[in-house]
Amino acid sequence: MADDATPVTIRFTLDGREVEANKGEMLIAAAERSGTYIPRFCYHPRMEPVGVCRMCLVEVEGPRGTTLMPSCYIAPSDGMVVRTDSEKVKKAQDGVLEFLLANHPLDCPVCDKGGECPLQDQTLAYGPGESRFIEEKRHFEKPVPISDLVLLDRERCIQCSRCTRFAAEVAGEAQIAFSGRGDLVEVAPFPTEPFTSHFSGNTVQICPVGALTAKPYRFAARPWDLDQAESTCTGCSVGCRVAVQSSQDRLTRVLGVDGEVSHGWLCDKGRFGFEAVTGAHDADSEPGRVTTPMLKKNGELVPVTWSEALSAAAAALSTAGSAVGVIGGAQFTNEGAYAWVKLAKGIIGTDSVDAQLDDGLPASLVFGLPAATILDLDTANAVLTITGDLSEELPVLFLRLREAAHRGTPIVQIHQHPDSVTSIAHSALAVRSGDTDAVVRMLCGDDVQAAQLRNHPEGLSFDPAALEAAKAALPHGGKGLVVIVGRENLAEDGTLTAAAAKRIAGAFPEATFLVGLRRANVRGALDLGLTPGFLPGRVTLAEGQSRYAGTWATTPSATGLSTVEQLRALATGAAGAPSVLVLLGSDPLTDLPDGALAAAGLAKATTTIVVSGHHTATTAQADIVLPVTVANERTGTTTNVEGRVSVLAPAVAAPGQAWSDWTIATALADALGADLGLETVDAFAAEIAALAPSHRGLSAQLLAGASGDGIIIPVGSSPIHGAQPLDPTAFPGVKAVPARPLGTEQASLPEGAPASGGAALLAAIPEAVSVPGPDGYALRLTVQRRLYDGGATVTNSPSLAPLVDGATVKVHPSALDRLGVASGTVVRLRSAAAHLDLPAISDKTVIKGTAVLSFNHATADHAGNAAASLIDASAVVTDVRMETR
Amino acid sequence: MSTTIVTARRAFDDSFTIERALATGAYEGLKKALSMTPEAVCAEVDAASLLGRGGAGFPAGRKWSMLRKNPTTYLVINGDESEPATFKDHYLIERDPHQLVEGVIIAAYALQVTQAFIFIRGEFALGLERVTQAINEAYAHGALGRNIFGSGFSLDLVVHPGAGAYICGEETALLESLEGKRGFPRIKPPFFPAAIGLYGEPTVVNNVETVSNLPWIVSNGGAAFAALGEGRSTGTRLFALSGDVERPGVFEVEMVKSTFRDLIERPELGGGVRGGKAVKAIIPGGVSAPWFFPEDLDTPLGQDEVAAKNSMLGSGSIVVMDETRCMVRAAWRITKFFSRESCGQCTPCREGSGWLERVLYRLEHGGGRMEDVDLLLDLCDNIAPGLTWPPQQTTICVLGPSIPSSIHSAISRFREEFIAHVHDGGCRHGR
Ligand SMILES: Cc1cc2nc3c(=O)[nH]c(=O)nc-3n(C[C@H](O)[C@H](O)[C@H](O)COP(=O)(O)O)c2cc1C
Ligand code: SF4
Ligand code: SF4
Ligand code: SF4
Ligand code: FES
Repeated sequence: MADDATPVTIRFTLDGREVEANKGEMLIAAAERSGTYIPRFCYHPRMEPVGVCRMCLVEVEGPRGTTLMPSCYIAPSDGMVVRTDSEKVKKAQDGVLEFLLANHPLDCPVCDKGGECPLQDQTLAYGPGESRFIEEKRHFEKPVPISDLVLLDRERCIQCSRCTRFAAEVAGEAQIAFSGRGDLVEVAPFPTEPFTSHFSGNTVQICPVGALTAKPYRFAARPWDLDQAESTCTGCSVGCRVAVQSSQDRLTRVLGVDGEVSHGWLCDKGRFGFEAVTGAHDADSEPGRVTTPMLKKNGELVPVTWSEALSAAAAALSTAGSAVGVIGGAQFTNEGAYAWVKLAKGIIGTDSVDAQLDDGLPASLVFGLPAATILDLDTANAVLTITGDLSEELPVLFLRLREAAHRGTPIVQIHQHPDSVTSIAHSALAVRSGDTDAVVRMLCGDDVQAAQLRNHPEGLSFDPAALEAAKAALPHGGKGLVVIVGRENLAEDGTLTAAAAKRIAGAFPEATFLVGLRRANVRGALDLGLTPGFLPGRVTLAEGQSRYAGTWATTPSATGLSTVEQLRALATGAAGAPSVLVLLGSDPLTDLPDGALAAAGLAKATTTIVVSGHHTATTAQADIVLPVTVANERTGTTTNVEGRVSVLAPAVAAPGQAWSDWTIATALADALGADLGLETVDAFAAEIAALAPSHRGLSAQLLAGASGDGIIIPVGSSPIHGAQPLDPTAFPGVKAVPARPLGTEQASLPEGAPASGGAALLAAIPEAVSVPGPDGYALRLTVQRRLYDGGATVTNSPSLAPLVDGATVKVHPSALDRLGVASGTVVRLRSAAAHLDLPAISDKTVIKGTAVLSFNHATADHAGNAAASLIDASAVVTDVRMETR
Repeated sequence: MSTTIVTARRAFDDSFTIERALATGAYEGLKKALSMTPEAVCAEVDAASLLGRGGAGFPAGRKWSMLRKNPTTYLVINGDESEPATFKDHYLIERDPHQLVEGVIIAAYALQVTQAFIFIRGEFALGLERVTQAINEAYAHGALGRNIFGSGFSLDLVVHPGAGAYICGEETALLESLEGKRGFPRIKPPFFPAAIGLYGEPTVVNNVETVSNLPWIVSNGGAAFAALGEGRSTGTRLFALSGDVERPGVFEVEMVKSTFRDLIERPELGGGVRGGKAVKAIIPGGVSAPWFFPEDLDTPLGQDEVAAKNSMLGSGSIVVMDETRCMVRAAWRITKFFSRESCGQCTPCREGSGWLERVLYRLEHGGGRMEDVDLLLDLCDNIAPGLTWPPQQTTICVLGPSIPSSIHSAISRFREEFIAHVHDGGCRHGR
């Protein structure tokens, strides 16, 4: 399981057999691979060994007789003689188990871990029949909350330190630690610093006993009553491996499954956001789902039948002809995305189709940059990041990046506000909004920019020494350089970041890129043509015309409008404006950075058709609402941030009359008197593989044989792995994941036709964007995403909803001094377009001259996405003045 | 017998002041050392056969030679002394801080270390004050800091008070604590701090008494030191004698030349068992050590001599228990100490110590069962398989396998006393 074990073979003797180990591999892992499972508690294959539980003791022959050694902590050496089955080993292991059980409350019948507990299992397998411990056991108050989501029962704790190590070593947030001594040692949060990690749920999952429990699962079900589906998390585009468990058609729990993408970890939103699908188990909570089609009658949305809703939609669409705009689809399955592209571009004939809401990056950049994989982080010479806070946007990608940093890979960061990555960065360059490209130029050796940046009234935003350090860390020519680029700031034009990325690609020709767009399947949606100017498979309209002519009724002849262009055309009544808007699982009224534009545009559409799983601000204004299935109800595939296609498995049935994304497209095509020609999800997948060059060779059979991590497209560009058996002690609760037919690796696959694009597509990205000079009286706005925001997943998950902060503006203390107000005072932010009242927080890490806001947080008098009220999509950057109220 | 090395200033009430120290030859050894090459100083220490005085008795010269070559190395002095009945470093820290500081500087010079630490048990308030003062005075005197006595050698020395955990005396836990972490012993490998120690750099850890011998060794030569004692056990040792003796205290005794009986009975030393009673058992080298009994009294006070009888001279603390002492109670008290002080990191020690303590408590206070006696032995065996000495272990550090020593000793020798406790529903005299 250790990916970094170099393939140098060591031979040693295990219970009389000759066995091989990889160099650097621990004895416990080598033995496991050879079929000998040594019992263990503290060892976890994704963390450094510590050798504290002593359960894995084995006998090792040495010059002075044999000694007992923890097999998780010793690496086999050539000729080593090891016994795991001697009397001495047996007695030592029995002894350790008996010691572990001494103070253990043995309340298995009421314990959440009962039935899937490594302690219980190993007691059955190796333990003594009955306890010789007749003393009074240690007592603690039980259980105590150690965070908003996690409770701790100290009586059950076996002090294995998995949780504390996870916090310190993997998440880098040592917010829980041991306190006390002897058998009173306990896990505890710090009195002054709460356990607020975005990754807290992992501690619950890896706890080998029932000491840590998660509020959203406590007493929800007994493990043997649970059904499990192995799937992909669609909380964001990392696409973590998950085992989704349910009972009686309600989701009960989501567990991380080991694999090369996520290493078995999940973020808390991915883990607990299931409440937004079937509700929280302990409350009669309404997950806010749309369960029937709805039609606006007399100004009010009322439930109707599918056929009535579809006829109404078809009628509106027929009237509109090709004056139709389609926005969204980044949360759909690949098959759903393809179905909707085929409907919009191939039947309706509009190219005004955009999966992104002006919050991403241009498709030509995504397709044009040479692609990196998450696995590349493990071997990178250096990583450059230009994104918002990764631990908020793509949380588990942050963990994978942290691993690289931990191994010593230098991380160079360009950021507008210090964040999680800053804390692991080798060098971090703070830039004000609009200045990213200038700093990138300086990184590439163009010093003309320095003077310009230095001329800012507040001075240079970064330490020149950091720039030199960054330059030195970036490998010449970009060999082994992985660049993670995403939207740094939703209050500035994404073209700024795109131009900077293009410049980097030019200066570091060997660098590869992960484009960190956030929505779960935004990558699949773009690949399959849910973006203006492209047809499925990353091909331009011109290139694709002949390719699709045989199968599709039509293809658009001219590039259509992006989301912002559609809304602006609607708002201004410009020629070419769509008259009908079809919103595919999107909620522009909440998610479009320019909130006013979203409202103005939607108001002007003659008909708004919203395909949605949840009630949102936008469904409330719609004319027709069509209920769609969401995460964990769907069959199909999704594509993650790397371009990796993996399988989605349904764990529960859809509520009410919700239909799958592709079914709705098919039915709507029918209602329009057309025919998508496909009737099953497999048929859609097969057509994609047959027609879309980026997906060539991606057969259902191939996917079924690969590990749950799926396959990076184009097929053949990266090795494909089969599934390894999971260590039940490392992944308690995960039911055995079926072994996959592929061997460990299958490299020689039919070369897919090379995806079109590459450097040629980058031509569409401007070389530079001119940025207005600073205004000495204004603060330049940086707006970034948070994990817990006003989106449907969080607000509909009772466990997560309380974690959403109210909107505040963070400014440098000097800005508050100038205004003469204290931190926490409500101030007025005034942009060219609007004003917003919210508390100002003094934060000396804020770059002088900058104001930092969170996206999609509400204020006292602005529900929904307060920051969006300040942003003007037509401005390159957003300047605000801060005033007393 | 009258040879004194580390307690040479014993006669002076003001032995801790720089004036007295200088008047009695302090820092002369250092000056001599600085006139020699570092290798020559090491050679003298090697020749002296100076065994570590912290418990394990590892030769200081050997340990120094194992220090991995590295741009940064550290020297750490262990003054945590927190074991019950161990108080000899306490004496040196309070009474002769300049000798300690001088010893540290000599060791640092020999090792060419430029940053050293003295980790002192936090409860030694007076000792901390005096060592701190001595260090300040040494800086003022030119014996510490830049260019010591014009030799070109520089050294900084920092005092670090412990936070009250016995386990921080274990050298790797000490290093963790010094780094600001929880005092958890480090798991092996790496086997020695000399390879990977403080902040991951090669580090020598020596006991307070060990380095307090250095000024004398340098002044008088390693050979003079080696001429004292016998075999590997050279020079003198400080013994902290306590328990049922007329004159408990710290005594400096030439190694091997005296026996346990001498130490206990000689009028200028222990002055005999209190009240003229008979010896029942002796703890020969700290509470981790297997016990001695009356027939062992003539064992010489030497490291190998005690080891030959399956125990250890350890930390040099000797506890005498007279014929009236309850062996169950003694084992219980010692086990209680260990169970409180187990760092709690590894299972057999964390859980085993508490379990053993509770069983012993029941035996002593009523509620003992016949099967408890063998249960105790078997639990001990699960911590230190085979119950041999030196012990095997299922634990990370040797605190764990130290726990069985007293229990195993007491039961092996006085099983009937345990059985009587079961019959009597507890201890008859509670002493
Ligand atoms: C549980 C435990 C406690 C210890 N406490 C002390 C102590 O208080 N002082 C000390 O010098 N050594 C103590 N030691 C021994 C040290 O680990 C180490 O061997 C010693 O400091 C080395 O110094 P030396 O070579 O000069 O003897 C202890 C060892 C153990 C296992
Ligand atoms: S709470 Fe669980 S994971 Fe943490 S130390 Fe205790 S047993 Fe281990
Ligand atoms: S990082 Fe993204 S994919 Fe992974 S668990 Fe979190 S939300 Fe799901
Ligand atoms: S043996 Fe005891 S003191 Fe040593 S590491 Fe284990 S628990 Fe801690
Ligand atoms: S000591 Fe090896 S698994 Fe815990």
